[in-house]
Amino acid sequence: MRYLPLTEAERAAMRAAIGVASIDDLFIDVPQAARLDRPLPLPGHRSELEVERILSALAAKNLPAGRAACFLGGGFYRHHIPAALDQLLLRGEFLTSYTPYQPEVSQGTLQALFEFQSQVALITGMEVANASLYDGATATAEAVLMAGRITKRPKIVLSGGLHPHFAKVAATQARYVGLAIEARAPDPTGGENLLGAIDAKTACVVVQNPSVFGAISDLRPLAKACQAAGALLVVVVTEPLALGLIESPGAMGADIVVAEGTSLGVGLNFGGPGLGLFATREKYVRQMPGRLVGETVDVEGQRGWVLTLSTREQHIRREKATSNICTNSGLCALAFSMHLTFLGEAGFVGLAELNHARAVATAERLAAIPGVTVLTDGFFNEFAIRLAKPAHQVVERLAAKGILAGVPGSRLWPAHPELADLLLVAATETVEPADIDALANGLAEALR
Amino acid sequence: MSDTITGNRALLIEEPLIFEQDSPGRSGIDLPAFQPAAQRLNGLRRQGPIGLPGLSEPQVVRHYTRLSQKNFGIDTGFYPLGSCTMKHNPRLGEKMARLAGFGDLHPLQPASTVQGALELIDSLAGWLKDLTGLPAVAMSPAAGAHGELCGLMTIRAAHEAKGNPRQIVLVPESAHGTNPATAALCGYQVVAVPANARGRVDLAALEAKLDGKVAAFMLTNPNTCGLFEDQILEIAKAVHQVGAYFYCDGANFNALVGRVRMADLGIDCMHINLHKTFATPHGGGGPGAGPTVLSAALAPFAPVPFVVHGPNGFELVEEAGQGPAKQSLGRLKGFHGQFGVFVRALAYILSMGSDGLRQASSDAVLNANYLLARLKDVLSLSFEGPCMHEVLFDDRFLRDTGVTTLDVAKALIDEGFHPMTMYFPLVVHGALLMEPTETESKDGLDRFIAVVRALAARAKAGDQAFFHAAPHHTPRRRLDETQAARAPVLRWRKAD
Amino acid sequence: MTVLRFTGEHEWASFDMGTAMVGISAYAAQKLGDIVFVELPQVGAVFAKGAQAAVVESVKAASEIYAPIGGEVIEVNQAIADKPGLVNESPEGGGWFFKLRVAMPGEMSGLMDKDAYDAYVKSLE
Repeated sequence: MRYLPLTEAERAAMRAAIGVASIDDLFIDVPQAARLDRPLPLPGHRSELEVERILSALAAKNLPAGRAACFLGGGFYRHHIPAALDQLLLRGEFLTSYTPYQPEVSQGTLQALFEFQSQVALITGMEVANASLYDGATATAEAVLMAGRITKRPKIVLSGGLHPHFAKVAATQARYVGLAIEARAPDPTGGENLLGAIDAKTACVVVQNPSVFGAISDLRPLAKACQAAGALLVVVVTEPLALGLIESPGAMGADIVVAEGTSLGVGLNFGGPGLGLFATREKYVRQMPGRLVGETVDVEGQRGWVLTLSTREQHIRREKATSNICTNSGLCALAFSMHLTFLGEAGFVGLAELNHARAVATAERLAAIPGVTVLTDGFFNEFAIRLAKPAHQVVERLAAKGILAGVPGSRLWPAHPELADLLLVAATETVEPADIDALANGLAEALR
Repeated sequence: MSDTITGNRALLIEEPLIFEQDSPGRSGIDLPAFQPAAQRLNGLRRQGPIGLPGLSEPQVVRHYTRLSQKNFGIDTGFYPLGSCTMKHNPRLGEKMARLAGFGDLHPLQPASTVQGALELIDSLAGWLKDLTGLPAVAMSPAAGAHGELCGLMTIRAAHEAKGNPRQIVLVPESAHGTNPATAALCGYQVVAVPANARGRVDLAALEAKLDGKVAAFMLTNPNTCGLFEDQILEIAKAVHQVGAYFYCDGANFNALVGRVRMADLGIDCMHINLHKTFATPHGGGGPGAGPTVLSAALAPFAPVPFVVHGPNGFELVEEAGQGPAKQSLGRLKGFHGQFGVFVRALAYILSMGSDGLRQASSDAVLNANYLLARLKDVLSLSFEGPCMHEVLFDDRFLRDTGVTTLDVAKALIDEGFHPMTMYFPLVVHGALLMEPTETESKDGLDRFIAVVRALAARAKAGDQAFFHAAPHHTPRRRLDETQAARAPVLRWRKAD
Repeated sequence: MTVLRFTGEHEWASFDMGTAMVGISAYAAQKLGDIVFVELPQVGAVFAKGAQAAVVESVKAASEIYAPIGGEVIEVNQAIADKPGLVNESPEGGGWFFKLRVAMPGEMSGLMDKDAYDAYVKSLE
């Protein structure tokens, strides 16, 4: 067993040093009836080669997005990851370290997270960001809880443009702490008016920009209305690359910005691990969930980094903590930060422009197909279309041809039959002109 | 302070922030040529620059390489951080997770195109059920604390289905902070249960607090003092007698895999930290994964999504309130759980097999008891052994030396070891909680033991100055946490 | 003529003409270590005796400050919010937290005088 260093002779010597004859003597506190006296009847240990064969066979049963023409979005976006990024991420000192509780031996992780926090604050246009949460959906739930703590008000308004997973995760958590969710109906065209929903009981309004349907909105009127009513504006982003091209939530007046960060550096991984980004105003920092890295000096006066403001957290504040989170998405945050560092300002903006160009080209091409209506006018790299047939049937048919055409409405909104003919189409830089041809031809044929 | 011109110390090279290496317009990535589109941004194009620094690829590579060299990982050396199970992270998992057929799958692909991925989730779920003896498992929780949330919400849903969610969750004084924090998030009042003189739950005190208001008892087993709760069957019986559920914090499962099944202890629900027990890397703070095993009574309330066997193969149930998810408590996370972590965990489980997993637990417990046996005469053992996979000492051995637990930890850093967990659990003074895991060789343990014995002797000899100044040889010496908290600087800002 | 009293939770209250100035004892300040943050109540807030009125934090600990006696907050010490280290420097002087207009002076009974508090602290060591 290649992962276990102890030899039988060493085990015997150690048992002798301890003063027990058998390993079973160390388990005497376990009630006799609950002790297993032999390995469970399950397969035994295997060589690396054998395990590789088993898992490779499972992997081979799947269709990797990169082997298809992939137009899937809906909260996860496929982007090219620089070759050097993954090599750096695999360095054992990053990969195999624990949470940086001992700052003298964790300056690498701490400095990288400080840079991550700075980058997230910059792209969201906010004052401070934390060192990550699990994913965008749980970050949305945390934002809702935080708004409840700050305003001490009970009502949460969720826009119909919010990703349904995010809305559901927020609703699942909010009900236990006495918050009432008012979730708006799905809003494919971006026309909903939330101003009327804000009242003296409103803790926050949660909107997504671009929306789950891809629509970009001017949030300034909403921000103003929230501010006037003493409510907070929570802005959700599922595609942070959009922030290279569109006005940041902070510039439009957001109080809290949360995002799913996987689109930079992390990769798809069938949807997990995710990366929750969380940014807010400085004055709310003590109500924030999650870890924070701060700058300080050591005893010699040299600049260094530590985890700070920990009294917010569960290991100190216990039942009064701002969140129960402990392990977060450290390595994903590092990957995100690395990707932004490779890109830099020029690369980030350029990549965003390239994505937008691909999406515009795709939308224009699809708009010309009989049976297709493009619903989204202003968008970044994703938009919604209406089909003359149920979208999931079309998607299945195209999948068989190696085209991942998009996310059918029935997948995200099974309880809304009126969205069954809706398809979310995303086009990133990984989409080539030939892929757009394949999608257009496939759709035309399927709708004929 | 280093006396070199640069402040560098040979392999340890000072590294500025990325923002201090900026040259505007520079990038580490070349984009393919393209024709910018006529914009359709609804008039909301960003005004003004973002402020991201520009670096080339070689600069970025050096930056992160140098940062990595200022970190200690399990790859670097012995990492006896109690309650954290810092065991070897096999690279087979990394290789498997990067297969395109796993790593390059979009979560919203049609089920027909991801049958192998769903089978993998189902297969890992099968192992977790077999190893715990519990009939169901919720796979979506993202980490241990998230698994606790899943477990307690499931328990709450089960109580609500009977008409009364109840009000109180009991936790031992020695519990991880996540336990009370989670209970509060689920709307429960937290009441602490004291420990007895043997470092276990005081059964009489527990029984006195148990009544029809109690929704659940949360217990870590082995507990955070490194001890098996030897009255666990009586505890389970008492908890069940008042209609409450028995939640186990699975952070310490590494002591028991293949030797004890949770179901046989009367446990209804437990999260499993795949990033501890099943060897997936901790990544400097995540990602983890916290699948939560459930009893038959709790299973109907599990969160979505989950994998089922359907007529066309594996299917995902993603929507609560209908079909097999009729009573589901809802959704706890975007998409389907920490799939990338599942691949790594299954690679580990298949490698170890039933016999290997049992041997790993046995070795983890043997290693901890070896530390106990070889250190108890120089440190102060908090509770008599045998311990399980971790051993708890406190700071009585430092009495009147002027040296603290923290000082000892910092001195260990200079000797090339990661410190043990300090000041936790709170039930003893100046705790030193050591978890060697099965990864450590006897030689490695012997070297550590020799160093700890020498440091204990040095502390007792009164060499305060040495300890207070430690660590001496790290990239940074002791950092001023007071300044960091009094005037927080949480991001880089351009100098005015 | 001011009267100084202490609670078992290590608050002190200095009573003078129907008002009480409240802070934490030197013992508490020393036990907490370097104080990094103080959350003060709003002027005008009314607390019952024993209600949580403020929070004090060091790097590794957070403690609630309870009203030693019921009353309305008439003044807070902004100086310690701006410079929390003042609480360590002068816990029973310039590091005071807030002043209350005492609602029921009778609630004073049951608080400890200096000698009783010193003996109590000694019993904890």
